Amino acid sequence: MVPLWWYVVLGVVLFVIGAAGVLLRRNILVVLMSLELLLNSVNINFIAFGHYYDDFRGQIFAIFVIAITAAEVAVALGILVALARNKSTLKVDEVTMMKG
Amino acid sequence: MDQGFFLLFAAASVVTALTLVLARNPVHSALALMACFLQVSAIFVLLEAPLLAVIQIFVYVGAIMVLFLFVIMMIDVREAVLQRFLPGSNLPALVLLVVLGVEMLVLVLRSDRFAIAQPVAMRTGGEVRQLSAALFADYLLPFEVASVILLAALVGAIVLARKEPQ
Repeated sequence: MVPLWWYVVLGVVLFVIGAAGVLLRRNILVVLMSLELLLNSVNINFIAFGHYYDDFRGQIFAIFVIAITAAEVAVALGILVALARNKSTLKVDEVTMMKG
Repeated sequence: MDQGFFLLFAAASVVTALTLVLARNPVHSALALMACFLQVSAIFVLLEAPLLAVIQIFVYVGAIMVLFLFVIMMIDVREAVLQRFLPGSNLPALVLLVVLGVEMLVLVLRSDRFAIAQPVAMRTGGEVRQLSAALFADYLLPFEVASVILLAALVGAIVLARKEPQ
Protein backbone atom coordinates (compact mmCIF):
# COMPACT_ATOMS: atom_id res chain seq x y z
CA MET A 1 0.00 0.00 0.00
CA VAL A 2 1.27 3.47 -0.85
CA PRO A 3 1.64 5.78 2.16
CA LEU A 4 -0.33 9.02 2.13
CA TRP A 5 2.69 11.28 2.14
CA TRP A 6 3.83 10.00 -1.25
CA TYR A 7 0.70 11.46 -2.80
CA VAL A 8 1.11 14.73 -0.89
CA VAL A 9 4.74 15.02 -2.01
CA LEU A 10 3.67 14.41 -5.62
CA GLY A 11 1.12 17.21 -5.21
CA VAL A 12 3.83 19.51 -3.81
CA VAL A 13 6.21 18.77 -6.69
CA LEU A 14 3.56 19.36 -9.35
CA PHE A 15 2.44 22.55 -7.57
CA VAL A 16 5.96 23.98 -7.52
CA ILE A 17 6.51 23.12 -11.20
CA GLY A 18 3.20 24.76 -12.12
CA ALA A 19 4.01 27.84 -10.04
CA ALA A 20 7.36 28.07 -11.83
CA GLY A 21 5.51 28.06 -15.13
CA VAL A 22 3.12 30.79 -13.97
CA LEU A 23 5.89 33.01 -12.61
CA LEU A 24 8.61 32.52 -15.21
CA ARG A 25 7.13 31.86 -18.64
CA ARG A 26 6.59 34.70 -21.08
CA ASN A 27 3.85 33.20 -23.25
CA ILE A 28 0.34 33.72 -21.87
CA LEU A 29 -0.86 30.37 -23.24
CA VAL A 30 1.81 28.47 -21.32
CA VAL A 31 0.99 30.49 -18.18
CA LEU A 32 -2.63 29.34 -18.47
CA MET A 33 -1.56 25.72 -18.96
CA SER A 34 0.62 25.93 -15.84
CA LEU A 35 -2.41 27.24 -13.96
CA GLU A 36 -4.26 24.06 -14.98
CA LEU A 37 -1.37 22.05 -13.57
CA LEU A 38 -1.64 23.91 -10.24
CA LEU A 39 -5.35 23.11 -9.92
CA ASN A 40 -4.70 19.48 -10.83
CA SER A 41 -2.08 19.06 -8.11
CA VAL A 42 -4.63 20.36 -5.61
CA ASN A 43 -7.09 17.74 -6.88
CA ILE A 44 -4.58 14.97 -6.18
CA ASN A 45 -4.42 16.14 -2.57
CA PHE A 46 -8.20 16.30 -2.22
CA ILE A 47 -8.72 12.78 -3.52
CA ALA A 48 -5.78 11.30 -1.60
CA PHE A 49 -7.02 12.68 1.71
CA GLY A 50 -10.58 11.63 0.90
CA HIS A 51 -9.38 8.10 0.19
CA TYR A 52 -7.20 7.70 3.25
CA TYR A 53 -9.65 9.21 5.73
CA ASP A 54 -12.63 7.47 4.04
CA ASP A 55 -14.57 10.65 3.31
CA PHE A 56 -16.53 11.39 0.14
CA ARG A 57 -16.11 15.12 0.47
CA GLY A 58 -12.64 14.96 -1.08
CA GLN A 59 -14.04 13.63 -4.33
CA ILE A 60 -16.98 16.05 -4.25
CA PHE A 61 -14.66 19.02 -3.83
CA ALA A 62 -12.50 17.70 -6.68
CA ILE A 63 -15.58 17.60 -8.93
CA PHE A 64 -16.34 21.24 -8.07
CA VAL A 65 -12.72 22.23 -8.70
CA ILE A 66 -12.87 20.62 -12.15
CA ALA A 67 -16.14 22.41 -12.99
CA ILE A 68 -14.80 25.81 -11.92
CA THR A 69 -11.57 25.14 -13.84
CA ALA A 70 -13.56 24.51 -17.01
CA ALA A 71 -15.39 27.84 -16.55
CA GLU A 72 -12.10 29.65 -15.86
CA VAL A 73 -10.43 28.25 -18.96
CA ALA A 74 -13.35 29.25 -21.18
CA VAL A 75 -13.31 32.86 -19.93
CA ALA A 76 -9.49 33.09 -19.98
CA LEU A 77 -9.24 31.85 -23.56
CA GLY A 78 -11.99 34.29 -24.59
CA ILE A 79 -9.98 37.13 -23.06
CA LEU A 80 -6.86 35.77 -24.77
CA VAL A 81 -8.52 35.78 -28.20
CA ALA A 82 -9.75 39.35 -27.67
CA LEU A 83 -6.26 40.39 -26.51
CA ALA A 84 -4.55 38.79 -29.50
CA ARG A 85 -7.02 40.55 -31.80
CA ASN A 86 -6.61 44.00 -30.24
CA LYS A 87 -2.95 44.10 -29.19
CA SER A 88 -1.54 41.27 -31.34
CA THR A 89 0.83 40.11 -28.62
CA LEU A 90 1.01 37.02 -26.45
CA LYS A 91 3.82 38.17 -24.16
CA VAL A 92 2.99 38.71 -20.51
CA ASP A 93 5.36 41.67 -20.13
CA GLU A 94 3.90 43.58 -23.09
CA VAL A 95 0.34 43.63 -21.76
CA THR A 96 0.49 46.76 -19.64
CA MET A 97 -2.81 48.43 -20.49
CA MET A 98 -3.87 48.49 -16.84
CA LYS A 99 -0.51 49.96 -15.71
CA GLY A 100 0.10 46.99 -13.43
CA MET B 1 2.77 -3.63 -6.85
CA ASP B 2 0.82 -0.51 -5.96
CA GLN B 3 4.00 1.31 -5.07
CA GLY B 4 5.63 0.42 -8.38
CA PHE B 5 2.65 1.71 -10.34
CA PHE B 6 2.54 4.88 -8.24
CA LEU B 7 6.23 5.57 -8.80
CA LEU B 8 5.85 4.97 -12.54
CA PHE B 9 2.90 7.34 -12.92
CA ALA B 10 4.37 9.95 -10.57
CA ALA B 11 7.70 9.99 -12.41
CA ALA B 12 5.94 10.27 -15.77
CA SER B 13 3.73 13.10 -14.55
CA VAL B 14 6.69 15.05 -13.13
CA VAL B 15 8.69 14.61 -16.34
CA THR B 16 5.78 15.75 -18.50
CA ALA B 17 5.12 18.71 -16.19
CA LEU B 18 8.76 19.78 -16.56
CA THR B 19 8.39 19.42 -20.32
CA LEU B 20 5.34 21.68 -20.14
CA VAL B 21 7.29 24.42 -18.38
CA LEU B 22 10.50 24.10 -20.40
CA ALA B 23 9.25 23.48 -23.96
CA ARG B 24 9.82 26.23 -26.50
CA ASN B 25 6.80 25.57 -28.66
CA PRO B 26 3.34 26.09 -27.07
CA VAL B 27 2.01 23.09 -29.02
CA HIS B 28 4.61 20.88 -27.32
CA SER B 29 3.56 22.37 -23.97
CA ALA B 30 -0.08 21.52 -24.69
CA LEU B 31 0.76 17.93 -25.62
CA ALA B 32 2.94 17.54 -22.51
CA LEU B 33 0.07 18.86 -20.39
CA MET B 34 -2.25 16.29 -21.98
CA ALA B 35 0.20 13.48 -21.12
CA CYS B 36 0.48 14.83 -17.57
CA PHE B 37 -3.32 14.79 -17.16
CA LEU B 38 -3.42 11.16 -18.32
CA GLN B 39 -0.85 10.21 -15.65
CA VAL B 40 -2.83 12.07 -12.99
CA SER B 41 -6.00 10.23 -13.99
CA ALA B 42 -4.09 6.94 -13.59
CA ILE B 43 -3.15 8.09 -10.10
CA PHE B 44 -6.87 8.72 -9.42
CA VAL B 45 -7.51 5.09 -10.39
CA LEU B 46 -4.86 4.01 -7.87
CA LEU B 47 -6.75 6.08 -5.28
CA GLU B 48 -9.93 4.10 -6.06
CA ALA B 49 -11.72 7.09 -7.55
CA PRO B 50 -12.68 5.73 -11.00
CA LEU B 51 -15.40 8.34 -11.54
CA LEU B 52 -12.92 11.17 -11.02
CA ALA B 53 -10.43 9.48 -13.37
CA VAL B 54 -13.04 9.35 -16.13
CA ILE B 55 -14.14 12.95 -15.49
CA GLN B 56 -10.47 13.99 -15.60
CA ILE B 57 -10.01 12.41 -19.03
CA PHE B 58 -13.31 13.77 -20.39
CA VAL B 59 -13.00 17.33 -19.12
CA TYR B 60 -9.26 18.00 -19.20
CA VAL B 61 -7.96 15.81 -22.01
CA GLY B 62 -11.16 15.95 -24.03
CA ALA B 63 -12.48 19.47 -23.64
CA ILE B 64 -9.85 21.81 -22.18
CA MET B 65 -6.92 20.58 -24.26
CA VAL B 66 -8.96 20.78 -27.47
CA LEU B 67 -9.84 24.36 -26.50
CA PHE B 68 -6.15 25.18 -25.98
CA LEU B 69 -5.16 23.62 -29.30
CA PHE B 70 -7.94 25.52 -31.09
CA VAL B 71 -6.70 28.81 -29.65
CA ILE B 72 -3.11 27.93 -30.60
CA MET B 73 -4.39 27.29 -34.11
CA MET B 74 -6.27 30.62 -34.25
CA ILE B 75 -3.37 32.70 -32.95
CA ASP B 76 0.00 32.98 -34.60
CA VAL B 77 2.42 31.57 -32.01
CA ARG B 78 5.60 31.80 -34.06
CA GLU B 79 6.83 35.05 -32.56
CA ALA B 80 6.21 33.78 -29.04
CA VAL B 81 8.56 30.84 -29.58
CA LEU B 82 11.70 32.98 -29.58
CA GLN B 83 11.99 33.80 -25.90
CA ARG B 84 10.82 31.32 -23.33
CA PHE B 85 11.21 33.16 -20.05
CA LEU B 86 10.53 36.67 -18.87
CA PRO B 87 13.34 39.12 -19.58
CA GLY B 88 15.34 40.61 -16.73
CA SER B 89 16.23 39.03 -13.44
CA ASN B 90 14.02 36.13 -12.35
CA LEU B 91 15.88 35.72 -9.06
CA PRO B 92 13.03 36.82 -6.71
CA ALA B 93 10.60 34.39 -8.36
CA LEU B 94 13.11 31.54 -8.15
CA VAL B 95 13.80 32.26 -4.47
CA LEU B 96 10.06 32.35 -3.81
CA LEU B 97 9.58 28.98 -5.54
CA VAL B 98 12.43 27.33 -3.64
CA VAL B 99 11.16 28.68 -0.31
CA LEU B 100 7.61 27.50 -1.11
CA GLY B 101 8.73 24.01 -2.10
CA VAL B 102 11.10 23.52 0.84
CA GLU B 103 8.50 24.82 3.28
CA MET B 104 5.79 22.45 2.04
CA LEU B 105 8.15 19.48 1.95
CA VAL B 106 9.39 20.14 5.48
CA LEU B 107 5.83 20.44 6.75
CA VAL B 108 4.77 17.20 5.05
CA LEU B 109 7.79 15.16 6.07
CA ARG B 110 7.95 16.33 9.69
CA SER B 111 4.28 15.96 10.50
CA ASP B 112 2.87 12.61 11.62
CA ARG B 113 -0.57 13.29 10.15
CA PHE B 114 0.64 12.33 6.71
CA ALA B 115 2.30 9.11 7.85
CA ILE B 116 -0.71 6.80 7.73
CA ALA B 117 0.00 3.91 5.41
CA GLN B 118 -3.46 2.40 5.07
CA PRO B 119 -6.92 3.89 4.57
CA VAL B 120 -8.73 3.99 7.91
CA ALA B 121 -11.61 1.85 6.62
CA MET B 122 -11.84 -0.32 3.55
CA ARG B 123 -14.83 0.58 1.39
CA THR B 124 -17.36 -1.88 0.19
CA GLY B 125 -18.84 -1.66 -3.32
CA GLY B 126 -21.37 0.85 -4.65
CA GLU B 127 -18.97 3.74 -4.32
CA VAL B 128 -20.24 5.80 -7.25
CA ARG B 129 -23.80 5.37 -5.97
CA GLN B 130 -22.86 6.73 -2.53
CA LEU B 131 -20.86 9.55 -4.11
CA SER B 132 -23.72 10.66 -6.31
CA ALA B 133 -26.20 10.41 -3.44
CA ALA B 134 -23.97 12.69 -1.37
CA LEU B 135 -23.44 15.07 -4.31
CA PHE B 136 -27.10 15.44 -5.23
CA ALA B 137 -28.52 15.41 -1.69
CA ASP B 138 -26.09 17.12 0.69
CA TYR B 139 -24.32 19.28 -1.88
CA LEU B 140 -27.25 20.19 -4.11
CA LEU B 141 -26.93 23.96 -3.64
CA PRO B 142 -23.20 24.13 -4.50
CA PHE B 143 -23.93 21.89 -7.48
CA GLU B 144 -26.57 24.30 -8.78
CA VAL B 145 -24.29 27.27 -8.15
CA ALA B 146 -21.54 25.54 -10.15
CA SER B 147 -23.93 25.02 -13.05
CA VAL B 148 -24.91 28.72 -12.98
CA ILE B 149 -21.20 29.64 -12.96
CA LEU B 150 -20.64 27.40 -16.00
CA LEU B 151 -23.53 29.09 -17.81
CA ALA B 152 -22.18 32.55 -16.98
CA ALA B 153 -18.71 31.51 -18.18
CA LEU B 154 -20.20 30.20 -21.44
CA VAL B 155 -22.00 33.47 -22.13
CA GLY B 156 -18.98 35.51 -21.05
CA ALA B 157 -16.60 33.60 -23.31
CA ILE B 158 -18.88 34.12 -26.31
CA VAL B 159 -19.22 37.85 -25.59
CA LEU B 160 -15.46 38.30 -25.05
CA ALA B 161 -14.35 36.43 -28.15
CA ARG B 162 -16.90 38.06 -30.46
CA LYS B 163 -15.80 40.74 -32.91
CA GLU B 164 -16.80 44.26 -31.93
CA PRO B 165 -19.70 45.53 -34.08
CA GLN B 166 -18.50 48.51 -36.13
